[in-house]
Order: sequence, then structure tokens, then C-alpha cells
Amino acid sequence: MQNLAWTLSLISMAIVAAVFLWVVAGASRPAEDSGVIARSAFRWRDRLFWLAIAAGGALSFATLWEWPIAGHAAVVTRPDVVIRAVGHQWRWEIDRTEVEAGQLVEFEVTATDVNHGLAIYKDKTHMIAQTQAMPGYVNRLQVRFTEPGDYEVLCLEFCGVAHHGMRAVIRVRAGS
Amino acid sequence: MNATTLPINSTAMQSVDTPSAKLAFQLYVAIGIAVFRLMLIAGALFRATQAAWLPIPASFTYELMTLHGAGMVGVSGLAGAAVMWYFLRRYVRLSTGMFLAMLALALVGVVMILAAIGIGRFGGGWTFLYPLPARSMGVWGAHAAAAFVGGLVFIGVGFLLFYLDCALAILRRYGSLSGALGLDQLFGSRPLDTTLPPTVVASTMVIIINVLGILAGAVVLTMSLINIYVPEVAFDALLMKNLIFFFGHVFINATIYMAVIGVYEIVPRYTGRPWTISRPFLVSWAAVTLIVMAVYPHHLLMDYVMPKWMVVTGQVLSYLSGIPILLVTAYGALVNIHRAGLKWDLPLRLIIFSLFGWAAGVLPAIIDGMVRVNLVMHNTQWVPGHFHFYLLLGLVPMLLGTMLYACTRSQWTETALDRASFWTYGISGAVFCFVFLASGWQGVPRRFAVHDAAWLGFAQLGTVAAALVLVTALLLGVRLLARLPRASLSA
Repeated sequence: MQNLAWTLSLISMAIVAAVFLWVVAGASRPAEDSGVIARSAFRWRDRLFWLAIAAGGALSFATLWEWPIAGHAAVVTRPDVVIRAVGHQWRWEIDRTEVEAGQLVEFEVTATDVNHGLAIYKDKTHMIAQTQAMPGYVNRLQVRFTEPGDYEVLCLEFCGVAHHGMRAVIRVRAGS
Repeated sequence: MNATTLPINSTAMQSVDTPSAKLAFQLYVAIGIAVFRLMLIAGALFRATQAAWLPIPASFTYELMTLHGAGMVGVSGLAGAAVMWYFLRRYVRLSTGMFLAMLALALVGVVMILAAIGIGRFGGGWTFLYPLPARSMGVWGAHAAAAFVGGLVFIGVGFLLFYLDCALAILRRYGSLSGALGLDQLFGSRPLDTTLPPTVVASTMVIIINVLGILAGAVVLTMSLINIYVPEVAFDALLMKNLIFFFGHVFINATIYMAVIGVYEIVPRYTGRPWTISRPFLVSWAAVTLIVMAVYPHHLLMDYVMPKWMVVTGQVLSYLSGIPILLVTAYGALVNIHRAGLKWDLPLRLIIFSLFGWAAGVLPAIIDGMVRVNLVMHNTQWVPGHFHFYLLLGLVPMLLGTMLYACTRSQWTETALDRASFWTYGISGAVFCFVFLASGWQGVPRRFAVHDAAWLGFAQLGTVAAALVLVTALLLGVRLLARLPRASLSA
């Protein structure tokens, strides 16, 4: 998903940059009839508008029809393991830190003091999933770890002076 | 008739160009440049700390982060309001006293915030996310938190006075806010009236959204103050989060919608082609009035207890919010300058570049507004990546270009240093933002004082780019300050 977001952003930003460069490069040329230019350009804009609306509709349908977050608001699949993760300034209290690869793990995430954010990382440069940890509420995040290894839990909501040090590890063993 | 002219009988409704009005504008520009410069330094130091190039404690780093955030949002609001006041007063009678009262109240707020951070060691982030201000684990005290929160209240009250003055002036001239927004032309029997200036439409939109935003802010700031001094009185964390993000989202968006008035006013003067209202223009401003207020749940997509309909609203409106920016304002400006025989100068360069920064910057923001993407990129550096893109490369050059325009219409000679500063600012600013985006792509968290070894390269490259932005922003700022005595309210 991260690669797709990065690539889509670069492509769309490059298109915007190319259009700007093309117009700017010709902006100093001797003036033409601005009325003709505007009529033609705004006809194109009308088409682009409907294209953008259609693309937005398709994108919304494709990305939201199947709800993108498992366990959001209501548990949709019975998990194999439930882990309770409670955020405190500045530590995670996690009642179980070992699971098996392939198990569907549900994190019940909450906090006792301020807002925190529970984010699960594979290595330092790949986030698997995240949710907020909020006093008075429980967010349920379902994750199926496919690869064995150590997964680091970071806090991703600023929670005070030791925010960056609020970490834990979930160990995923090879499935039996 | 184009957007910059008025019916003959309307001159009585315009503001008078008095020396005090000119001085007020100059004060805003001078203070704006100075504060912006200081906040850039704070931001660059924060980035240098992440790069492990500055051995300062984490507590001080988070103070810098808080200062940078609060200062930049505040000064952007003030500078945006100055642009709105500068042009809106050509159509309605605005009070210079009220404009200065906003500045005075904001300065009181700034002093309180500086005291909260510098003396009280407050480092709870500019978003003062409840209940963090009241729960520092002994790092800062209740008075420091209250000074920070109270400072924001003073700034908000100042803005509220300014908007009320603008609203009254618009009501006197146009009869109603809906009329000034062109809704009677869109939905009523009234035909399209192209004498309604885009400036009035944009100002009306900003007044509506920001008065509501600031009122929500006042409520949540008051609740935070109560919680700071009486911790037993606790509030619902989700409600507080909604109020804070509604206020913050609306306020920062309003800054750019105020600044874009400069684009509508200035670009036609270079091209000689009027920028009049049209039905798509009115539809887009009516739409963004609602969208800017309703889209804020895209900040809360990772709060799974939010109602699903609000999550869907956040994603869908995030996408829709880009259409007016891309297809109305940016597209309209490009059509206006296309083969217009333009003679480029620094103000125009900055203004057109700012539209690119805004238009390009909303794209990664829209992508981040999708739930599936947000799940793995929320609160990574992808977020400062996109908002720095449309603020550093959008809002700031828009404001600079407009203010330079107000100061450079007579005897202006563009120097090689001007051109070099512009290009260096643009390129180093783009590198700075792309480094943030690349960091977010790689999962680097935002708002970390200390970065792990795997993330240091991004922070170091970002710091170098920030230093270049700092130098070129200084050059552009000095250029503007040197011309400030020549500022004209009728440029």
C-alpha cells in the first residue's frame, strides 16, 4: 500500500508539474484572443470535472465497499488470539507478546492517561497497521501476521516528552 | 467590468486609505516576516535534532516542535488575514482599529505562548490534544499549560473580532452572507452578476467557516483550561478530539483561502484579463464552504470508534476538496496566464509557483485521506510531507508574492539575487517536502525527537534542505522589508 501511495503521488504530482511548466513556458508569448482560449479551456474543464467525479466515485466504491479495517466498530471475524494493549505514559502494557504466524490476532487497544497510537512495524521501515489508543475507548485492530519474526510496537500519537521511547515487541513464532 | 472595478456609486462603501491603515498593513508584514523567520529557525532546529546533529534534550526538542507549530499556524493566520483585509477593504468599509486590535490580541497570545514554552517548559504540541496539557508527568506545570491554552484563546478572540468586522461590512454592502457568497445567483432567480468580486466571495466563505471553527476552538480551549486546573472534571476524549481537529483543520485551511484572494486580485493585473465570477466559481466556493468544515474526520480515521458514516465522509470529502483547488483556482489561473504576453517578475513568479505548491500538495493529502492508506501512513512523516508542500510551497509564496506586489509597483527592478532566491527557495523547499514524503513512505514516524539509525538519512537530507530554505527565505524577507516603506494600499 505504501508503494502504491508513493507511486500514485509522484505520478499525479508530476502531471500537475508538467501542466504548470507547459503553461508557464508559453505565458510570455504574444497575447492571443483570451476569449477563444478561455472558451476552449473551460470546455475541457467541464470534461475533466465529470471525469474527476466518475473517478472519485469508482475509487470510493472500490476502496470502501469492503470495509478497509478488519474489526473496525464491530468484530467481523472471530480472532484466534486477543491481546489487550494499554498505553501509559510512556510504556505499553501488553498482556501477551508471543503469537504464531498465520493466527488472526485482535488487539484491544486503549489508554489510561492521554492519547497514544499503537503502530506495528516489521523492521524499521514498514508499518503493518495502526490504531489510536484513547482513554475511555477500546479500538479493536485485527492483524494476521504472515511472517515469523519480531514486530516492533511504536507509539504514533504524540504523548509527551518520552513519546519516541514508548515501544514494545510482539514475537511471531513459526506456525505449528 | 472586471473583478477589480466597482460601480461608481459604491465608492462610499470602500475603506479610506489613511496613513494609519497603511501603517497597520506594514506592521502586519513586518511582524509576519519576523515571526515566520523565527519559526523557520525553530523548525529547522527540530529537524536537525532528528538528524542527530544537535545534542539537545528531548524535552527541548518538543518545545521547539510546539513553538514551530503554534507559531507557524498563528503567523499564517495573521498574514492571510492581512491579505484578505488589504483587498476586501477595496469593496467594503473595514475598520483599521479592529484590524489592529486583532494584531494586539494576537501579540498578547504570542507572549503567553512564548512564556508557556520558554519559562514553563510546555511541550505538548500545538494541537494541545486533550488531556495531554494537563498530564505532563511533571515536565511542565498547570500554569504553563494554561498560559499556552490561554494564549490560543487570545489569538482566537482577535480573529473573531476581525471576522465580525468583515462580516458587518459585507452585510452593509451586500445585504446577506448568502448574497455575498453568490448563493442567490446559484439557487435563486437572480441572474449571474459578474460585478460580485471573487474577493468578496472568498472572504465570505472564510468568515463563515472560521467563525464556526474558532467558536469550536473557544469551547474546547475552555474545557481544556477547566481540566488543567480541576483534573477531576474530565471530558470525553473522543469529543475533545473532534472539537480540536475541527478547529485546527478549519483554521489552517482558512489561511490559504484568505491568501488566495491575492491570486484572484493580482494575476489579472499582469495579464489584463479579468477574473470574474462564474457559475462553476460560485459552485466551487459554496462547496468548499461545506467541505472544509465537514472533512475534518479524515484526521480521525484511525479512531475506530468513530461512526462509519463519518469515516466515509472524511475519505469522500477529502477527494472532493481537491477538485475546486485543481479545476477552479489552479486551472483558472493557468487559463488566465496562458499566452498572455506576460512579463515575469518576482511577485508573479511566487504567486504562480504557490498555485503549483497548493495543487500538487493536495494530491498526497487526498491519498492519505483514504482509509486503506491512512492505516499504514497516518502519523508518519507523510503527513508533514503533504502539509508542508501546500504551506511552504503554496501558502508562503502566495503571501510573499502578494505582499511584494503591494510594495513593488513603483520603481521596482528585479535583481539576479531575486531570481536566484526564488529558484533556490522553490527547489530546496520541494526537496525538503519530498524528503518528508519519502520518509512517510518508509514508515518514519512524525513528532519523534530522537530518530532510529535507519531513519537518520532522511532527517539529515531534510535538514540540509531546511537550511537552504531558511537562507533564501531570509533573502526574500529582507527584500520585502526593504521595500516595505513603499507599500501602497492601492497597488
